[in-house]
Amino acid sequence: MAEKVLMKGNEALAEAAIMAGCRHYFGYPITPQTEVAAYMAKRMPKIGGVFLQAESEIAAINMVIGAASTGKRAMTSSSSPGIALKSEGLSYLAGCDLPALIVNVQRGGPGLGGIQPSQSDYFHATRGAGHGDFHMIVLAPSSVQEMASFVFKGFNLAEKYRMTTMILADGTMGQMMEPVSLEMGEIESYDKSWCACGGSGERPRNIVNSLFLKAEELEYFNIKRYEKYAEIEKNEAMYEEYMMEDAEICIAAFGIAARVSKNAIDEARKMGIKVGMIRPITLWPFPKAVFNAAADKVKAFVSVELSMGQLIEDVELATRCKKPVLLCNRSGGMIPTLEDVLNKIKEAGGIN
Amino acid sequence: MTKQILIAGFGGQGVLFAGKLLAYEGLLDGKEVSWLPSYGPEMRGGTANCSVTVSDAPIGSPIVANPDILIAMNKPSLDKYLNETRTGGQIFYDSSLIEEKVERNDVEIYPIPATRIADDEGLKTLANIIMLGNMIAKNDFVTLDGAKKALTKVVSERHKDLLDFNAQALTLGFEYKN
Amino acid sequence: MATVFKKPEALTDAVFHYCPGCTHGIVHRLVAEVLDELGVRGKAVAIASVGCSVFSYNYFNCDAIQAAHGRAPAVATGVKRACPESIVFTYQGDGDLAAIGTAETVHSAARGENITVIFINNAIYGMTGGQMAPTSLPGQITQTSPYGRDVNTVGFPVKVCEMLSQIDGATYLERVAVNNVKNVKAAKQAIKKAFQNQIDGKGFSLVEVLSTCPTNWGLTPEKALTWLEENMLPYYPLGVYKDKYAE
Repeated sequence: MAEKVLMKGNEALAEAAIMAGCRHYFGYPITPQTEVAAYMAKRMPKIGGVFLQAESEIAAINMVIGAASTGKRAMTSSSSPGIALKSEGLSYLAGCDLPALIVNVQRGGPGLGGIQPSQSDYFHATRGAGHGDFHMIVLAPSSVQEMASFVFKGFNLAEKYRMTTMILADGTMGQMMEPVSLEMGEIESYDKSWCACGGSGERPRNIVNSLFLKAEELEYFNIKRYEKYAEIEKNEAMYEEYMMEDAEICIAAFGIAARVSKNAIDEARKMGIKVGMIRPITLWPFPKAVFNAAADKVKAFVSVELSMGQLIEDVELATRCKKPVLLCNRSGGMIPTLEDVLNKIKEAGGIN
Repeated sequence: MTKQILIAGFGGQGVLFAGKLLAYEGLLDGKEVSWLPSYGPEMRGGTANCSVTVSDAPIGSPIVANPDILIAMNKPSLDKYLNETRTGGQIFYDSSLIEEKVERNDVEIYPIPATRIADDEGLKTLANIIMLGNMIAKNDFVTLDGAKKALTKVVSERHKDLLDFNAQALTLGFEYKN
Repeated sequence: MATVFKKPEALTDAVFHYCPGCTHGIVHRLVAEVLDELGVRGKAVAIASVGCSVFSYNYFNCDAIQAAHGRAPAVATGVKRACPESIVFTYQGDGDLAAIGTAETVHSAARGENITVIFINNAIYGMTGGQMAPTSLPGQITQTSPYGRDVNTVGFPVKVCEMLSQIDGATYLERVAVNNVKNVKAAKQAIKKAFQNQIDGKGFSLVEVLSTCPTNWGLTPEKALTWLEENMLPYYPLGVYKDKYAE
């Protein structure tokens, strides 16, 4: 076991990307993810990598598209308003079937919003990251260790399925420090025969493209892509259960909300309330099966989130609304407190 | 054992650094730790605080709303967090910057003129470390030796010459009787 | 029988979709001839843009990437940084390069990206059916300037070579035209130089090619050539606007 070091989430994420073989980072400063860019600016030149501060978030993601087209591991990171600008590129990445890693260290919105932590880009990440029919694999870290290890996993998944992996973090995950082990495991390698890096002298030429003016052709590729998505939904959904064995109330929460919820569960258990948590780790694919199974056992769910009620929709869908789902939320950069969650647990259990 | 510590003051007083030192001490001691800063556009002069949790068990939320230990480096920070500190907890404050008496009977209160001591001893800007040293003296989840070891992890290579000054500041705070 | 004329290897067998009399075909051929002559087809990556030349990836016989509207220089930057040994060029129209992609154009020049930009200026949006372009001339009638481009309300055309010549990072900027044989020959020399610069690692090169759009100008191909000569040449003078390595 490698020695644990104390690192900020943003820096651990950046170092993990380098360890995962990423040598091409394109970014643009925005709070609260700027440490990623600063870290890359320091490290990349020393290891023969590329750090480039683009003229805009839009340019940055298009540089990622270029680098990813050559088969190299490439990434960009930003925070909510910047991610909105990258939406066009996210759609092109999907349409071109390119692997890439995109990091969103969320802050409150809409508009310029604020700079405090938020989870209000849940819909954007899981449903509407850009125009057209597509998904991204969305990983939600809830510790600095996961900020690092999900980068590693994210690149592997992106290449395995030739699609975008997004790390959906929030301001606290980016800014907090925790001990982290940077022992990351294997860099998996996948077929790169499709890449457009100027090798048509030796092989048939490759074209990276998302334009299909024949409707039936475009539909064909969309259906193919959704067959791949179905495979991913079957194989890659990840979650963590906490005290669910005998739980009568189930909290759904990810990221910082899951951390606060754990404390609230511990407090509630001291009062004899049987409450547990399912923490979705992949927000897409959403771990539907485990929620659906829980719905047959528990009395109620509580969705704890830093948004006006976004995760709650996936919980309701996954459980087919078999049991009530209560919302415990703050927005705009505010974080639900332990007491907020505890009160909602009591409400869900009919205890007052 | 779980201790939640909140260190607060003006930006530039080194509250984040003091918190990092404390977190590293816990890490080297084999404990679970977390460190969470306030962040914002104020690099200098605004208010800054950081939440540090040190525990034997995995840490839930890194946010410290009701600290076991408050280290207040200025008046606005003390005003803000005085009543948030848990019953039975401890409040350390810089009495060279805060003149008012602190009114609470259910917590231990430790005034220390950290800024004045720092100035007198030629350790300008190390009031934060003096306060941390004083806190260490009143607790056993953290040790003076441990904090001195942690210094070598948090003082960057570029500032190695400051190691001794920081160690001296820790000792001064540790030995201050209040 | 001796072959006196043949299709460049750097062009595929696909039939151009361009309108009769459109000069995109000429410029495609010039680029392809240059790729052949410099022996770089096998390591070339074409970045297609959005506009009439959106399908250029079907015509250039090399690796290709279809970029979002205006973003070709950013995509080219990503490719070139990841594979410095490749030869990367964008092929963009005036809407793509001088309107929606202005920032990408200016900043790839400012960074001195070692890429080649082929910029087709035909003073109109072709693909969408003849709307006003950033390079449409004062008074020019288009679908979205039906009373003629009024500079008091929509401003003046953007002169790309003049603008970029102010940028320290740019290496080579030349404006050419393809309205007659003499100019076509000169255009090829400029395009060749722009690629040679990249091979030599000299940095950002852009060739602005004044072109025709008979369909949307509402003119016969022949009259379109005359219109270019009489209206575009005075407003957009041909010549080298910057050559960092000129003796």
